[in-house]
Amino acid sequence: MSERRGEPGGPERVGNATRGIAWEEPLLFERSRPGRVGAALPALDVPAVAPPRCLPAAFLRDDVPELPELSEVEVVRHFTRLSTWNAAVDLGPYPLGSCTMKYNPKLNERVARLPGFAGSHPMQPDALAQGALALCHRLEAWLAEVSGMDRVSLQPAAGAQGELAGIMMIRAYHAQRGRPRSKVLVPESAHGTNPASAALNGYRVVAVPAGDDGILHPEAVASVMDDDVAALMVTNPNTLGIFERHIAEICDLVHARGGLVYGDGANLNAMLGLTRPGDQGIDVMHFNLHKTFSTPHGGGGPGAGPVGVKEILEPFLPAPRVRQREDGRYELDGERPQSIGRLHGNHGNVGMLVRAYAYVRALGPEGLRRCAEMAVLNANYLLARLRERWHVPFDQPVMHECVLSDRNLADTGVSTIDVAKRMIDYGYHPPTIYFPLVVQGALMIEPTESESREDLDRLVEALLSIEREARSDPDLVRTAPHRTRLARLDETRAARRPVLRWQPDPPSSS
Amino acid sequence: MHYIPHTDDDVRGMLDAIGAPTVATLFDCIPEKLRFSRPLALPAAGSEQEVLAELEELAGRNAHPGSHAWFLGAGSYAHFVPSAVDALVSRGEFYTAYTPYQAEISQGTLQTIFEWQTMMAGLTGLEVSNASMYDGASATAEAALMALRLTRRRKVAVSAALHPHYRAVLETYLGGLDAELVEIPRSAAGTTAAGAVDAETACVVVQQPNFFGAVEDLAACAAAAHAGGALLVSVTAEALSLALLRAPGACGADIACGEAQSFGVPLGFGGPHLGFLCTRMANVRQLPGRLVGATEDSQGRRGFVLTLSTREQHIRRERATSNICTNQGLCLLMATIYLALLGRRGLRALAETNLAKAEYAKARLAEAGLRRIGSAPTFNEFVVATRGPAADSLARARDAGVVAGLDLSPFAPELGPALLLCTTELATRAQIDRLVDVLAGGRS
Repeated sequence: MSERRGEPGGPERVGNATRGIAWEEPLLFERSRPGRVGAALPALDVPAVAPPRCLPAAFLRDDVPELPELSEVEVVRHFTRLSTWNAAVDLGPYPLGSCTMKYNPKLNERVARLPGFAGSHPMQPDALAQGALALCHRLEAWLAEVSGMDRVSLQPAAGAQGELAGIMMIRAYHAQRGRPRSKVLVPESAHGTNPASAALNGYRVVAVPAGDDGILHPEAVASVMDDDVAALMVTNPNTLGIFERHIAEICDLVHARGGLVYGDGANLNAMLGLTRPGDQGIDVMHFNLHKTFSTPHGGGGPGAGPVGVKEILEPFLPAPRVRQREDGRYELDGERPQSIGRLHGNHGNVGMLVRAYAYVRALGPEGLRRCAEMAVLNANYLLARLRERWHVPFDQPVMHECVLSDRNLADTGVSTIDVAKRMIDYGYHPPTIYFPLVVQGALMIEPTESESREDLDRLVEALLSIEREARSDPDLVRTAPHRTRLARLDETRAARRPVLRWQPDPPSSS
Repeated sequence: MHYIPHTDDDVRGMLDAIGAPTVATLFDCIPEKLRFSRPLALPAAGSEQEVLAELEELAGRNAHPGSHAWFLGAGSYAHFVPSAVDALVSRGEFYTAYTPYQAEISQGTLQTIFEWQTMMAGLTGLEVSNASMYDGASATAEAALMALRLTRRRKVAVSAALHPHYRAVLETYLGGLDAELVEIPRSAAGTTAAGAVDAETACVVVQQPNFFGAVEDLAACAAAAHAGGALLVSVTAEALSLALLRAPGACGADIACGEAQSFGVPLGFGGPHLGFLCTRMANVRQLPGRLVGATEDSQGRRGFVLTLSTREQHIRRERATSNICTNQGLCLLMATIYLALLGRRGLRALAETNLAKAEYAKARLAEAGLRRIGSAPTFNEFVVATRGPAADSLARARDAGVVAGLDLSPFAPELGPALLLCTTELATRAQIDRLVDVLAGGRS
């Protein structure tokens, strides 16, 4: 019996995964047949117009041959089949570290589709949008309460744009005080968006090393802190899943030199109702509603990245802001002379705000706190069960995620990428790999509160089994995945000879 | 706590395995003084039916094209969305997945993005499309940043007829950099005057059709930009126009960007929408955002992967082309399904329907003695002068159940009292007639 691709046999079940039909499906363009259409347009109830009668011929195009021609049933089968090729939270655990792949409640989807939300227009008069404005106003207040910040803007479309807004406000703050600064401190374990956001603001990025215990220490920050540092960007809990327990002292020493502290809210899920960034000394932070507040990740967005600030930064928040008038009605206030300006063409990813609102309402204060508690319980449980066989580079209690490495497998020739691909055979989406950069061969596992004990036990069994396979049959792991429709894909080839769109085969010359 | 599976027994067993006496001790790593000791001041948890009722009540306070006759566009367009779009994007396999880092279990998302890239390259007449930006405004800002990098120049020349919110976002993004924004004025016809290019100009940014609905002579804009060594950035807020108007790439645009919300994405009070960004292959290394490429698996079968990621923040950090990480994946899926359904014939026919509705509205308004502002040709949007303040016309229309476009006085006071009107396929002849009656001052 063999488990290998192309060889018959192998166990019916491995971990979570059994066998089934994997549908084949070509590209839309390869299915296309001239004359088919997948939508019914209404009959024209006004006189037809030949485009050349109202527009110069030079302004017009012929049709678009790159668009396919398919019936509705073909389009439905096409995308339904494609969907079966994805791993997803609705199918099973998706322990992608730092992404908080928690369950996305169905109620959220239902309320976001109510016509008054899905169909309302961003530029309709405020009087015709009172429900949407009220929702935004309440959600701002709730996020402020959860985070301990004073004010929140919901405009940024994703965490990275929230970061951009935050650093822009920090820049505006220093400029307004007549003392622009040139550097931003970023810990080595930070997400890549942190240095990129700082660079987009013209700041020079200075790395701050962590201590041997994986966290920042006041002395390390002090050694690079000076009067030219605009801000320290810090993620808490950090990307090793460890709480930055010196955060208050670190904020104090940055503040003492006139700097501000930016909080990356990617890992806020671990702190809900238990500790608040605003109380730790953070001056400005973003929220990832698609992580902490259960809005779906959508195959790569849309997210939503509200930004929260302390009062000193309130004048700089993105414009416009939602304001409640004395008569109780809501309006948009664009008259904000010190604002960093607009970041979004409209009001942000409001559809995601509606979902986050439903989530906060469904959980309430106790439910949010329970999320953090069970997420932390789950991560520590995984760590407790895995540490015997897997190398844990910073072995201490964690918050919402734990980081392993492939060091114990060094003598097998199996590395992190192979472990990740083999996890797929067991029916698991792999963890985040090779991040944080401070851990060589990192496997960053974030179970979230959504996973039951049984699911965690099966995940543990899978990782223990893979560890055994790496010793008994390393080639099996190195050539994984074996049970997917496609085998391991050649990323080098994709980058060396980029093919970024479909083109018809050229007519053959014979 | 129906979203969380843990029973008391589960918790006890797991604590035993960890060796922790209570859940609270798991948080011993948080210094005492930083622990939050009171309950969060939030509304108590609601049942599913309570939360639904509360949100239904809020939603009921918002107007939408199902509650009013709708003539408001201005960057966000009310189009009909076929039922199959929402049915398919509601599959959890799509919307509860994330960025397709692990290609072997993300082929559904990856192939969709590849199909999107192909269709957008065709629609814009360019060679490469990325896998989306946040919205049309940030896509425009990213296009300008890209032009600054490509040309190593420092000025961005922006048409006065660019959507004012796009321009505002562009100003925000340029704020932290050594770059200068200059404005290119608008002609009496309502289009962008050529010129304003000098040796420091990185790009000319022109919206097509522009914010006031006028169709620009994009080829002339490209020629003027190129004569000064600058790039042409074409911005499209009404993506449906791409099915009718000469493609930006065919007109000489170096970068085509904008908003693809028209392709099956709900208005949603302004988001999430779908920014797009396309260019020529020669510029691909400066293109921000995700890209999907075709490749092969170890058995020689075709598959798709994220590629050229050395441009991106998770690899390049402070030297990345952009800080963008999460984009608008699910909206891209909506648009790809929408374009597949409408297809080569349907999209063109729909664009011609939109054109016909606008031409009908223009003719009826002229008959009623209402003056159109600007003489340039238009697609599905145009400007009409109102009798008396535009706000009064809007209020009168609202009483008649009509959302009669955008009051332009905050955006272009020089035009005098005026409304920006949009007619999509949703506007029936009877609704257009009612709009004309209301604006002409008659009864509805």
